[in-house]
Amino acid sequence: MYSFDFLRPTTLAEAAEALARDEALALGGGQTLIPTLKQRLASPSVLVSLGAIAEMKGICRNDAGQICIGGGTTHATVAAELAESYPAMAALAGQIGDPAVRNRGTIGGSLANNDPAACYPAGVLGSKSLIVTNTREIAVDDFFQGMFTTDLESGEIITEVRVAVPDRANYQKFVQPASRFAMVGVFVAQYSDGVRVAVTGASQDGVFRWTEAEAALSAHFDASALDGLSVAADDLIADLHGSAEYRAHLIKVMTARAVKAA
Amino acid sequence: MPKDHGVGASSKRREDIRFLTGRGRYTDDVNQFGQTYAVFARSDVAHANIRSIDTSAAEAMPGVVAIFTGEDFKDVGGNPAGWLINSRNGEPMREPKRPVLAHGKVRHVGDAYAAVIAETYAQARDAVEAIVVDFEELPALVDMAASLADTTVRVHDELPDNQCFDWGWIEDNRTKVDEAIRNAPHVTTLHLVNNRLVPNAMEPRASIGEYDPGTGDYKLTTTSQNPHLTRLLVAAFVMGIPEHKLTVIAPDVGGGFGSKIYHYGEEALVLAAARKLGRPVKWTAERNESFLTDAHGRDHVTKIELACEKDGTFIAFRTETMANVGAYLSNFSTATPTFLHGTLMAGNYKVPNVYVNVKAVFTNTAPVDAYRGAGRPEATYSLERVIDKAARELGIDPVAIRRMNFIQPDQFPYTTPVGLQYDVGNYDATMDKLLEISDAAGFEARRAEAASRGMLRGLGINSYIEACGIAPSHLVGQLGARVGLFDAATVRVNATGNISVMTGAHSHGQGHETAFAQVVAGMLGIPEASVDIVHGDTSKIPFGMGSYGSRSLAVCGSAIVKATDKIIAKAKKIAAHMLEASDGDIELKDGRFSVAGTDKGLDWGAVCLSAYVPHNYPLTELEPGLEETAFYDPANFTYPSGAYACEVEVDPDTGKVKICSFAAADDFGNIVNPMIVDGQVHGGIGQGIGQALLEAAAYDDMGQLVSGSFMDYAMPRADDLPFYQVDHSCQTPCTHNPLGVKGCGEAGAIGSPPAVVNAVIDALQRGGMAHVTHIDMPLSPARVWAAMQG
Repeated sequence: MYSFDFLRPTTLAEAAEALARDEALALGGGQTLIPTLKQRLASPSVLVSLGAIAEMKGICRNDAGQICIGGGTTHATVAAELAESYPAMAALAGQIGDPAVRNRGTIGGSLANNDPAACYPAGVLGSKSLIVTNTREIAVDDFFQGMFTTDLESGEIITEVRVAVPDRANYQKFVQPASRFAMVGVFVAQYSDGVRVAVTGASQDGVFRWTEAEAALSAHFDASALDGLSVAADDLIADLHGSAEYRAHLIKVMTARAVKAA
Repeated sequence: MPKDHGVGASSKRREDIRFLTGRGRYTDDVNQFGQTYAVFARSDVAHANIRSIDTSAAEAMPGVVAIFTGEDFKDVGGNPAGWLINSRNGEPMREPKRPVLAHGKVRHVGDAYAAVIAETYAQARDAVEAIVVDFEELPALVDMAASLADTTVRVHDELPDNQCFDWGWIEDNRTKVDEAIRNAPHVTTLHLVNNRLVPNAMEPRASIGEYDPGTGDYKLTTTSQNPHLTRLLVAAFVMGIPEHKLTVIAPDVGGGFGSKIYHYGEEALVLAAARKLGRPVKWTAERNESFLTDAHGRDHVTKIELACEKDGTFIAFRTETMANVGAYLSNFSTATPTFLHGTLMAGNYKVPNVYVNVKAVFTNTAPVDAYRGAGRPEATYSLERVIDKAARELGIDPVAIRRMNFIQPDQFPYTTPVGLQYDVGNYDATMDKLLEISDAAGFEARRAEAASRGMLRGLGINSYIEACGIAPSHLVGQLGARVGLFDAATVRVNATGNISVMTGAHSHGQGHETAFAQVVAGMLGIPEASVDIVHGDTSKIPFGMGSYGSRSLAVCGSAIVKATDKIIAKAKKIAAHMLEASDGDIELKDGRFSVAGTDKGLDWGAVCLSAYVPHNYPLTELEPGLEETAFYDPANFTYPSGAYACEVEVDPDTGKVKICSFAAADDFGNIVNPMIVDGQVHGGIGQGIGQALLEAAAYDDMGQLVSGSFMDYAMPRADDLPFYQVDHSCQTPCTHNPLGVKGCGEAGAIGSPPAVVNAVIDALQRGGMAHVTHIDMPLSPARVWAAMQG
């Protein structure tokens, strides 16, 4: 770790001001950033912890019936508190990392980082979601812009994630054997006006919607609707743990399993 | 009824109290007054000439007290190879110098070319980044076949090719074996890879060097499995320090698995720096340094052929192996693929013709050396995979083909065609026990149930034998060892009757402090709590050779028995004097000396006290004191053996393998502590399953370790592993050591990989995929799925 200044503001306004400093970095739960700092792969001048901002924490329902998850809410809280209201999202959160990770990591941190193998991007993109920041609201379909890239401006903070609860949903995660991140994770959600299918772990462009499967499942929500569909391997990740063709195959297998389990 | 005391009792591991309450004292827990910190500059490229190293900016950094480069060590010795192998043509192996710090060239990613010593760790780390090195990059040699074929790129410029040796075992048998295979009715051929593994001990390597300018004494506290060997190597071979002026202490060590047998350059560096500065110098590896620089394991590419009759009777085994030794020879890297591998290539079987050829190859990768099992897992995997393949080709049951070729109990001692004499064993007995505890008869029902869930279930069974209790100096000497492999113990009885046992073994997780105390307490009939085991400090213990090769109890424990025998003999003389009887009439039972046939007797404590209060001793006949030392060098290796069974389910949609059950029936001879033996077997199987399904040290074409962290190197976790059925009731005691023990530390890692792979192949074959006859480890979901696609 290189040396840096450390700030722990208690309001969003203070945090935004601190993040305006040169080479400032926001610290959520630190489950990615702290190991990165330890390996000296990042050298911020100031680290701005968002952990003391009470208004970013917790879960509630708004008048429209959407679930509003504070950006600083931990995976463990989501796993526990959405167990009845949105069990598929709760199950997704409960499969992230291990208990230590789930008790520190936050939904805002995960989405802002947009790791191509993270689970939350699939859950949030697979749901009808709105990303709320300290300056604006971003439609989820505009938010993810490729591996480790989002629509967020420098210093912008995710304060809330608003999620519409589908009629049914499920997340299927096939883990990479070493990291246990998703090698392929598929989130399927059926709403009254259509099905959303979001895939994480597989693509070089990060999380994406499998639109052909969405169309087929919107017409007939059954695993058999996927027969004859396939995912092109072209832009998928190939590494030590599996070829692009294998990931393409897994996407279909995991999608079918999610449909069956939803 | 389980015993509650002495040999045979599952005494709780006394060392666990400190380990489980955070009171263990590991090298990094040790801090000395005035201590400085070392951080190494390591190559980020696999192969390069060093044009220049500019340390001027680093020297000006805050807190920096010294910087070393390879230039500072060019006149000291290299880290030597401990085992001389001669090639088939009679030429000795090639042994390029392994310097303390790379000089002129770096040869693998992680090769250290400089070291900074600073007041704090952070300052040292900052300064390392300010060192400017100018590399002339060279092509990296990673693949062994490519290294052998390449005549232009040389890992070591002075070697005309990249071959260390080309070894034949036994070379005189080569023609006969070739002929037997040529004329055989059936030959099964298998090409396989024994995957490279990173040891990943929980505790990273660490060393503290100290030097006292007033006395000229050095002290090295280090993560070692064998402090005396480290002392010999660093003092006599590398640094030129008189052996008696160096104390090596290996305190609590958090796992070694072989990787901490060896002397590493970091140990020499901290001593040299301590001498220069007159201050203690500490280095602790970061996890990425462990990945890049701990000696790796395995890494063989093998072709094995099994020739047999149509009925399955074995005629010959022939093996051609390329063994990766990495960029430099680690201390035992030349023994591992040869005498710990080739000599086991007859397995448990009556087979008249065996020939093994091993080419050891230098590459631009981390050195490879012994890792739990060391050569014997490679031998077992090759044999037990090719036997399974042959059984399938011939339509013979895999258990039946093994049984029909087993060496029979009445054939021991049995001399194999590859130079070993097995003293004792009963391979059908462990196979019978295995089939019982694994409920092999119920497999078909379990398979059918799995099929109803859409899962492919398979059963893999194999035998294994290993040569361990690594010793007989006379045998290893014939085989090329440059060291003796005896061991030593001192038993010191105190005036109040309690005992310190100084052993040459080193415990880094094995439970010696408990098991050895059981042996001594049992012999004397005193409480186990009265016996303490002292290890890991060359200033306290007799010259021993440490722990590896499942040798601790068989060799070091036997030395303890010999020393304790001497104690008993001496104590009887004292008791005879005190009881005014003759030595020969004194009996020791349950901690009490008595005169045979009388009610006269003395307690253990009274005799011990007298040894140190010798007011009326006949001093010409009876020395005061009660302390004895013994050295023990056995007549032969020990030969644990057994049979293992694994059941798996393969998910046909994803290729993911789940281990459903794993059973192990081992013959370890006599057992001192059954609970510790269970634990050793569990750990070994866990590592074997890790090798079979998960672990792979993968280098890319540039020589970068792609699986250089736990994000990509898959270590087995609890939920990857089943509950084990472990049995060691089949016991054919070792015939040549006093305890009749064979050793249990490596068996699990040796016997388990082929069981797992055999089970997966069985599952796929039963699932109709006749084209899948082999998959190389690790059997990751992606590899299994790819194999299923044909």
